Amino acid sequence: MAPVGPRSGDAIFANMERVNAELFTLTYGATVRQLLTDLEEVDEVNKQLDQMGYNIGIRLVDEFLAKSNVSRCVDFKETAEVIAKVGFKMFLGVTASVTNWDADGTCCSIVLEDNPLVDFVELPDTCQGLYYCNILSGVIRGALEMVSNTSSFAQPSIPSFLWDVSLKTEVTWIRDVLRGDDAYELQVKLVKQVPEEYPYKDDE
Amino acid sequence: GREVSESCVDSLLTEMVSTYCNRFYANKPELAARRIEAIGYQVGHQLSERYTMERPRFSDHLEAIKFICKDFWSELFKKQIDNLKTNHRGTFVLQDNGFRWLSRISLDPSLENAESQDPSASTESKAAQATSMHLYFPCGIIRGALSNLGIPCAVSADISNLPACSFVVRIKA
Repeated sequence: MAPVGPRSGDAIFANMERVNAELFTLTYGATVRQLLTDLEEVDEVNKQLDQMGYNIGIRLVDEFLAKSNVSRCVDFKETAEVIAKVGFKMFLGVTASVTNWDADGTCCSIVLEDNPLVDFVELPDTCQGLYYCNILSGVIRGALEMVSNTSSFAQPSIPSFLWDVSLKTEVTWIRDVLRGDDAYELQVKLVKQVPEEYPYKDDE
Repeated sequence: GREVSESCVDSLLTEMVSTYCNRFYANKPELAARRIEAIGYQVGHQLSERYTMERPRFSDHLEAIKFICKDFWSELFKKQIDNLKTNHRGTFVLQDNGFRWLSRISLDPSLENAESQDPSASTESKAAQATSMHLYFPCGIIRGALSNLGIPCAVSADISNLPACSFVVRIKA
């Protein structure tokens, strides 16, 4: 029997509680600016943004699973597609695409043409080295890592497991419009698959 | 206009507050509060600038406050402030009977623990402190918005009537 596919990202986004994107964009911008003031070092700001994203990613997984009807992904390839097509759409309202796969299917790029984080943003020269959207790389890393932990807690709202493994990834920026490129491109490299240890016997 | 899911805003706010309260200023809540309020101030200032671009200047303080209660609040929360009171001497109380960010923002349990080292502090008072950390942001937004309209003020929040939340605006003479 063919597996039930995930709902389309558009359909899910249409049913989400939505808010004015300006509030989100300006809040993110003000946070980055405050971090630059408080931390002074651009590298440290990049690190904090990534950490914030990671913390958000591990929490968003619950909502993602509950609302997307995504069940199992067979491999990293399918996982990346689901993140780009469903994940980005349902939270940010934009679709990302997946390209540049390597031969063994462990490394790809997620490309964003349209990015609500950067509306009205121009970086001054003093911010060279800043990865303004670094929160996104953290969100992806956190979400991929957390999936197995979430599924370990039996949650009635989540009908099935998304993945059987926790995916440890490295996420790096390849292209960034704020740095003069033509799109936003994040490279996602799978570094380790940690097998899920079920606390009980899975009788599926 | 463009929209994003509400969880984006909720997650970002929860994480921003947690970053300042738990990671940067775990033992200095007053410093964390000042930073969170400053972020809100920037946001309010910019939003107010955008929302008043094509509007004539407000003739007095009350007109500006009414704009915050109606148009500004509606843009952010899809509802207006429910009740506005004033003593006619520069103090305004804006009450939202079901302030969205109080009901939606999940309070990080570690935040509640980080607030107070005093073992006698009750759980409720710790929770109240954690909640108050989240309220510095909307207080900053209101102060920033009014400041952009040329009205310097101080803004505080009162949550003694949960889930209603009152913002008290004191205009500086």
